[in-house]
Amino acid sequence: MKTKLLLSTILGLALAMPAWAATHPVTGEELAANQDYTYWLLDAIKSMDPQINTDVEGSGVLRSLFEGLFNEDQVGGLVPGAALNFDLSDDKTVYTFHLRPEAKWSDGKPVTAQDFVYAWKRLADPEFASEYAWYMELMQVVNASAIIAGEKPVDELGVKALDDNTLEVTIEAPLPYFPQMLTHASTFPVRQDVIEAWGPKWTDPEHMVGNGAYVLKEHILGEKVVMEPNPSYWDAANTILQHVTALTINDNNAALTRYLAGELDRVAIPAGQYPRLAAEYPAEANSVPQSCSYIYIFNMDPVKGPAALQDVRVRRALSYAIDRDVIVNSVLQGGQAPSYNWTHAATAGFEMPDIEYSHLTQAERDAKALELMTEAGYGPNNPLALTLNYNTSDAHKKIAIAVQQFWKKIGVDLTLNNMEWKVHTDKMQAQDFDMGRYAWCGDYNEASTYLDFFTSYSGHNNGKFVSEEYDRLMKESKTAENPNLMYTAAEQILADQMPMAPIYQYTQVEMIKPDMRGMSTENLMQNWYLKDMYRVAQ
Amino acid sequence: MLAFIAKRLAIAVPTLLLLVVFSFLLMHAAPGGPFTSERGLPPAVLANLNAKYGLDQPMWRQMTTYVWGIVSHFDFGPSFIYKDRTVNEIIAQGFPVTLTYGSISFVVAVLTGVGLGVSAAIWHNSWLDYLAVGISIGAQVLPNFVMAPILVLVFTLWLGWLPGGGWEGGQWQYVIMPVVALSTSFMASIARITRSSMLEVMNSNHIRTAKAKGLPMRKVILRHALKPAMLPVVSYLGPAFVTMITGSVVVDMYFSTGGIGKAFVDSALNRDYAVMMGVTILVGTLTVLFNLLVDVLYAWIDPKIRY
Repeated sequence: MKTKLLLSTILGLALAMPAWAATHPVTGEELAANQDYTYWLLDAIKSMDPQINTDVEGSGVLRSLFEGLFNEDQVGGLVPGAALNFDLSDDKTVYTFHLRPEAKWSDGKPVTAQDFVYAWKRLADPEFASEYAWYMELMQVVNASAIIAGEKPVDELGVKALDDNTLEVTIEAPLPYFPQMLTHASTFPVRQDVIEAWGPKWTDPEHMVGNGAYVLKEHILGEKVVMEPNPSYWDAANTILQHVTALTINDNNAALTRYLAGELDRVAIPAGQYPRLAAEYPAEANSVPQSCSYIYIFNMDPVKGPAALQDVRVRRALSYAIDRDVIVNSVLQGGQAPSYNWTHAATAGFEMPDIEYSHLTQAERDAKALELMTEAGYGPNNPLALTLNYNTSDAHKKIAIAVQQFWKKIGVDLTLNNMEWKVHTDKMQAQDFDMGRYAWCGDYNEASTYLDFFTSYSGHNNGKFVSEEYDRLMKESKTAENPNLMYTAAEQILADQMPMAPIYQYTQVEMIKPDMRGMSTENLMQNWYLKDMYRVAQ
Repeated sequence: MLAFIAKRLAIAVPTLLLLVVFSFLLMHAAPGGPFTSERGLPPAVLANLNAKYGLDQPMWRQMTTYVWGIVSHFDFGPSFIYKDRTVNEIIAQGFPVTLTYGSISFVVAVLTGVGLGVSAAIWHNSWLDYLAVGISIGAQVLPNFVMAPILVLVFTLWLGWLPGGGWEGGQWQYVIMPVVALSTSFMASIARITRSSMLEVMNSNHIRTAKAKGLPMRKVILRHALKPAMLPVVSYLGPAFVTMITGSVVVDMYFSTGGIGKAFVDSALNRDYAVMMGVTILVGTLTVLFNLLVDVLYAWIDPKIRY
């Protein structure tokens, strides 16, 4: 009897052994014996609390320690996470999510719909004061705005647990991309009892309880974060990486040296070094699109902005005269794409309108720009004096100097105004600028994350661009069967009215060790999941 | 002497209070705040945050609440940016790191600096003097933001002897490069001050007397020259020690030590008022204390000084 028990125990253990010992459970690739992974963080992780975090790097860690209703696959498609699926009401405003019954927290307790209700209410609660409370508004969850403004109690948020495994969410109006928004870290569940027991200390490694594929082993502010697989995770058998370390290195060049010395498996490539590294390490240097757009905003505020920028001819001339190819190929050298519009071109479903000036040669654009400036009454004899604000950074400075030269040709006397980041931001938000550098990264893979920016009612519209037609299109898109038609039309308005000069669209350039797999580099949002990553044998 | 120390400590309190008031006002006068972000927060969200962190209160109320927190509970408040942590925790984590590599750097800088300076002075105008001056000028003109990448390039990438950064609880491999990067320029200054002061002392009357009465050179230097020659060095060492143990932003950034130097600069850039104030008070207190210590040492070194 005893032998039998022992044998069955051994057999049981053998069966439960994770597959990383040999081959990948899905692809069948042979796996390396070493499944440690060390990656680079530019800065310290500011918070490990899903409802407090505001950073991209923090979100990466949180996607490993927690799991939202849905995850993304390697190309950015939705895959079940804590939820298996959902039902949508006929009027498209009530989502009923069916949670995965086997999902467990790292202390073994089941993940319930109440955990999501608690987390979402916490995010909106004015007393908790999350910086990302606006995400609940963006998701249009019923009463979110009124709750944040303190006009309604938190309990009236449009989210409830029908039972342990069923979560019902009511939104104000149909929102075609609502499910996509659920992969955002601020919507991840948290445990009320743990938070109430430890207060802000609940995110310390010894107290934290998560429902993600990994658990936090160590977190030394500004030095490192260490994670290991969570044995209670529902898919723990397929979690391959065994020991993950994220090292904070504030200097990108230092990080690159340490990558080359073998201390890191993944690091960003500093500006201007991509061509050299791609030639030297073709198997390791990667350049992939990233959902961010770099622009110069024109201040169109009728009172605070310069009079010249009220004239659409001037705005168009300024945009035409920028030689984006020079900026991308000679200044940045990281495989970025020159851009003539606002929404990132690779955004899911987005159809680019036919933007006339994008087809011209730079010589033709320059001629046109000169023509427009002359029409508007400016020229070599009557130069237009403007100021460009940008925040301290080598790349911003180089681009600004190049643009200063491009604009000189059309009679613009540009003063460059370099300032510390907080000062720059403060001035932009107070319309205390002529033109300002700006970059926006998509919150989700859908064009409205860009286009909502230029509505007159948007809180982000620092240049105070106002177009009734644009507002109408964006409002209509929220309930449209195919919002992409409106998005294309809205983008055309931006190209005609030119409230900003688009400059380039981001790419992420990185060095990645050649045996690493599952990095989600095809995902425009660059959202990777540790549980999908592994090392192959070489 | 005791009365002198007591008096100096009594003056320290209003000095620190002034420091608090001025830094507080300067900090708040800078444009932007802790929650200014490129995205721009909706007004309702910003109002909730300001209310939570007391930023909606009038300035004098914020300041008195802050000072009262320190005086009554030694509580420096929560960080506005690292929201899971208090200022006390951030300092408790970062200060031991900078204290460790700073103290070691201090010892290294003093021993090598004084050694170089004394040798250069004794063998004045010999090849040894030129070498020592050469080393100290070289170390002085090589700033640590140039030195740090060179060290990593040589010892991590080329030779593979040392890890390129991290702290790992202060294991020796992780301490070497931060110490070298931090100590060199201090070492150079100490060497130059020691050399010129030693030269002056060696030409003074009491040394001539000592030589004349036939004392061996070793005794002349150790017993009669070194102590008075140290006077200007000691006045340099007080503030230098505080600078070293409160960390260097370059060392923290380049070697990812997690020390307090980086936290200090970040707090200013992030408008993390609480961390900024906490570190300022720490540096201020240490400066006051070490200046006092230097003054006490003066009296011990130079019997002519009486308080």
